[in-house]
Amino acid sequence: MQYERPGTLQDASRLLVETQGTAFILAGGTDLLVRSKSDDFEADLVVDIKSVDGLEDVRETAAGFTIGAAVSCAELGAHAELKAAWPGVVEAANLIGSAQIQSRCTIAGNLCNASPAADSVPALVAAGARAVVTGPDGTRTIPVEDVPVAPGETSLGKAEIIAAIELDKRPPRSGDAYLRFIPRTEMDIAVVGAGVNLTLDEAGTVKSARVALGAVAPTVVLVDEAADAIVGTKLEDAALEKLAELCSAACRPIDDKRGTVDFRKKVAGVLARRAARIAYDRAGGA
Amino acid sequence: MSFDATYHDQIYKSVGTRPVRPDGVDKVTGRARYGADFNMPGQLVGRILRSPHAHARIVSIDTARAEALKGVKAVVTAADLPDLSDGDQSHYDLLDNCMARTKAFYDGHAVAAVAAIDAQTARKALKLIEVDYEVLPHVVDVDEAVQPSAPVLHDTIFTGGVEPKPTTPSNVAARAEFGHGDVDAGFEDADFIVERSFKTEQTHQGYIEPHACVASVNPDGTAELWVCTQGHFVYRQKCAELLGMDVSKLRVTSSEIGGGFGGKTHVWMEPVALALSRKAGRPVKLVMSRDEVFRASGPTSATSVDVKIGARQDGRITAASAELRYSCGPYADIWAELGAMTSFACYDLENVNTVGYEVLVNRPKTAAYRAPSAPMAAFAVESAIDELAQKLGIDPVAFRIKNAAREGTRSSYGPVYGPIGIGPTLEAAQTHAHMQAPLGPNQGRGMACGFWFNFGGQTCTDLNVNSDGTVTLAVGTVDVGGARASLSLVAAEELGIPYETVKTVVADTATLGYNDMTDGSRGTFSSSMATISSARNAIEVMRNRAALMWDISIEDVVWEDGQAKAIGSTHDNLAPLSIKEIAEASGKTGGPIAGHSEMVADGAGVSFATHICDVEVDPETGGTKILRYTVIQDAGKAVHPDYVEGQYQGGAAQGIGWALNEEYVYGQDGRLQNPGFLDYRIPVCSDLPMIDTQILEIPNPNHPYGVRGVGETSIVPPLAAIANAVSNAVGVRMTHIPMSPPRILAALDAQPTA
Ligand SMILES: Cc1cc2nc3c(=O)[nH]c(=O)nc-3n(C[C@H](O)[C@H](O)[C@H](O)COP(=O)(O)OP(=O)(O)OC[C@H]3O[C@@H](n4cnc5c(N)ncnc54)[C@H](O)[C@@H]3O)c2cc1C
Repeated sequence: MQYERPGTLQDASRLLVETQGTAFILAGGTDLLVRSKSDDFEADLVVDIKSVDGLEDVRETAAGFTIGAAVSCAELGAHAELKAAWPGVVEAANLIGSAQIQSRCTIAGNLCNASPAADSVPALVAAGARAVVTGPDGTRTIPVEDVPVAPGETSLGKAEIIAAIELDKRPPRSGDAYLRFIPRTEMDIAVVGAGVNLTLDEAGTVKSARVALGAVAPTVVLVDEAADAIVGTKLEDAALEKLAELCSAACRPIDDKRGTVDFRKKVAGVLARRAARIAYDRAGGA
Repeated sequence: MSFDATYHDQIYKSVGTRPVRPDGVDKVTGRARYGADFNMPGQLVGRILRSPHAHARIVSIDTARAEALKGVKAVVTAADLPDLSDGDQSHYDLLDNCMARTKAFYDGHAVAAVAAIDAQTARKALKLIEVDYEVLPHVVDVDEAVQPSAPVLHDTIFTGGVEPKPTTPSNVAARAEFGHGDVDAGFEDADFIVERSFKTEQTHQGYIEPHACVASVNPDGTAELWVCTQGHFVYRQKCAELLGMDVSKLRVTSSEIGGGFGGKTHVWMEPVALALSRKAGRPVKLVMSRDEVFRASGPTSATSVDVKIGARQDGRITAASAELRYSCGPYADIWAELGAMTSFACYDLENVNTVGYEVLVNRPKTAAYRAPSAPMAAFAVESAIDELAQKLGIDPVAFRIKNAAREGTRSSYGPVYGPIGIGPTLEAAQTHAHMQAPLGPNQGRGMACGFWFNFGGQTCTDLNVNSDGTVTLAVGTVDVGGARASLSLVAAEELGIPYETVKTVVADTATLGYNDMTDGSRGTFSSSMATISSARNAIEVMRNRAALMWDISIEDVVWEDGQAKAIGSTHDNLAPLSIKEIAEASGKTGGPIAGHSEMVADGAGVSFATHICDVEVDPETGGTKILRYTVIQDAGKAVHPDYVEGQYQGGAAQGIGWALNEEYVYGQDGRLQNPGFLDYRIPVCSDLPMIDTQILEIPNPNHPYGVRGVGETSIVPPLAAIANAVSNAVGVRMTHIPMSPPRILAALDAQPTA
């Protein structure tokens, strides 16, 4: 197996284009290195992107935030402005694994690993985040929900790399939140995850909202109808009940070692309701 | 020399203190050598090929391509481990579990093994072994396996313990019955009866260190084995038997052990490592991956238990019965029998009957797990007791006190008890502040009792007084929980010298007589008894030497405070001789000073505990948080209280994991779905509150210091205590362990809405 640590995106892309064998991009390695221990794992080339120029920081621009693909989740937690603007995204990233894992892992890696249970993904989708994808044919920017297409599979081409994740600047009276259910307190995989992002008008009524669910379908689910159910409300009980119902209905889960279909459906509604409440409070709603 | 093991009350100087353990620094600096840390020059890497099927006939195994691979030094199959069982079924079963002979009985069953020059070659070689399987129908569920329609694992097994002998083979390998009195009449007398069925899923001990060994077989037929085990003498015995070796030719050295809890009392891949080394002519290291540990070592039984208990309005139990079905994996054992023996051991019952059924299933061979079989029986019984107390409107602690076994009670499994601790642990629970603490919404409190036999067994120790007066103690029980510290304290106590001057080591099998393994909570109980005996023997020698040095009669020499003192009016001007002075002179007074001891340490006192637990359940997700947990247990005498508390806390922590989340999950295909710590959920640190402990000391009359084993009983009450707490929090009786969030939520959803 060949290990490369290119300094530019072009070099990284070229290495991936030129290889004949199986190649992997390595960011934090918290998924890849675990997989590589399996007897069935074969790789000819590993391209480590942690030394690629320009991927190592969080930049605040007039439009919002650009999070380089090599930025660790721990660094997101230490970024005061990002945390203030997008507390839900940051809390999701800071739920991944443990302090040790977070000091290595990235949100781009979380997204590209394409696990249905990835914690930062529902929060990113709710936040309307975009992935900046660089490849041999140039750069394109796509909504994050377009990256995973099935468990373990993404829409990225062979030599494409996510260079950054973009988040918008926040309008006033906005808040987001992410909650997951795990049977333990940490070091576990989400049985259900729910991200809610909303903006209020001056009267405290929800003006716009996005609701996304994790671990309840092969890929993250953006539940427009659930978001619609809370737009125009102040999250009165009835609105929250409607939100929960629509979230439960939007789930297409499976029975597996982590949970049952009934459990996931029910808890998806519960978490979406609770996350909406937190997002609402963060947005300054009464 | 005759040894008086009876208890004598005394004031202790060393016993009961909490010094730093001798193995601590090595462990925290990473210097301690665990199973995989041994290495030999020229050592090969061993790997095992395992069945992907739950049940399959092995039609053929072709190893030619693997053998031809460059770097492969040996490939073994069952053919390399000839059947020497000579009608001994348990020998045959052990051999068959190490390497499948005609059928693979579970997902993960070993079918072949390789030894190669490196891990990569070994991995490649495994892929080149061709096994032709005829896949057979399988059964993994304990209740399904007893059905007449279930696929039968062995057509040679007919249920034992029933008359007349059945004529059709069955997965029920044996039936065992215990009890006394007339339960039917007892139930007639009852004002209230609770009758319920319970299930527990299979769990693994979850020790952090995987099985690991290095085997080296020499051309002259002698061999060495370095291995992580709870009993190197037992491993030596089993390996020698399975491989047809003289016991003296196999030397086994135990490594430090990263947990065992019963799982390292059986041999698994050690005989295979020896067979590989024998064939390859080089040392072979075999280390299990975590996946292999889960699939192919020995988890505990999955169980299904029916309980019936009746009581009069005045709170007296009139009759109790239980029927227990325990999974054994593919080989018959006594797991249900132990469940049947322990179920009602806490109570003083006039009419009691228990029946256990050993059930064979396509799962790995069941192994001991800390007080094996008792936690599941206690879960069923203590849940029913709790429910009965509620029906009677009596406080659950008071109800148990009223019916608790005491000195003179005939136990449900036969023997009559001596002085025991069940009553005192219950009384301590009744007055414990935990019992009075307020509870908030969605919170519940539960309590439960537990019993374990404890074991003594064959024990041998050597105590050597070194020339500077320090002491080296060689024991043969593997130190799994701080025993070296405890045994050093005991030697120091007996000799009257400081703890720091005693160094205890675990000797290998070639340098000490046979010792049973560290199981049955026997390590400190039995080795401390043998240590006391060794020390007393060494004292005799030192009294003799002092008498020689003084040229007086030994009758005029006593041993006090680590020194020989001359007594009587003619000698009282002689200054005492310290252990150091006697040791320094030993070369001129008769040579080295040692005390030896070999014994069967009889009289391990039975052990009881009472646990109290508070939980909070999120009614919308079924998530349970353990808020507070208290363990009250009788230790007889706590030699090193830190490690007694550690055992109490450890048992409770494992019980919490078992009660809430741990379980083997099998797919429709009979394959284990969660062979890793990601989806086999043992508690992490933040899942647990600080576990409170209260040590009671009701001396064991059969040990000089009153010591009882403490290692196992602490895992017996938690399943029931937590189930009672959860049931009280949600208002629904929980009957299926683990009480995972989906199970709790499903139980709540099944309730009719008010
Ligand atoms: C102990 C432990 C606990 C964990 N707990 C959690 C948890 O609680 N929640 C959770 O969601 N996950 C968890 N994970 C999984 C993992 O940590 C996360 O998915 C993490 O975000 C992955 O990021 P990484 O940078 O380490 O990815 P890597 O392992 O480096 O990569 C993951 C995959 O993405 C690809 N990739 C990485 N970066 C890019 C890029 N820029 N462009 C294109 N492809 C890329 C890689 O080729 C690989 O296939 C845990 C893992 C471990 C070992």
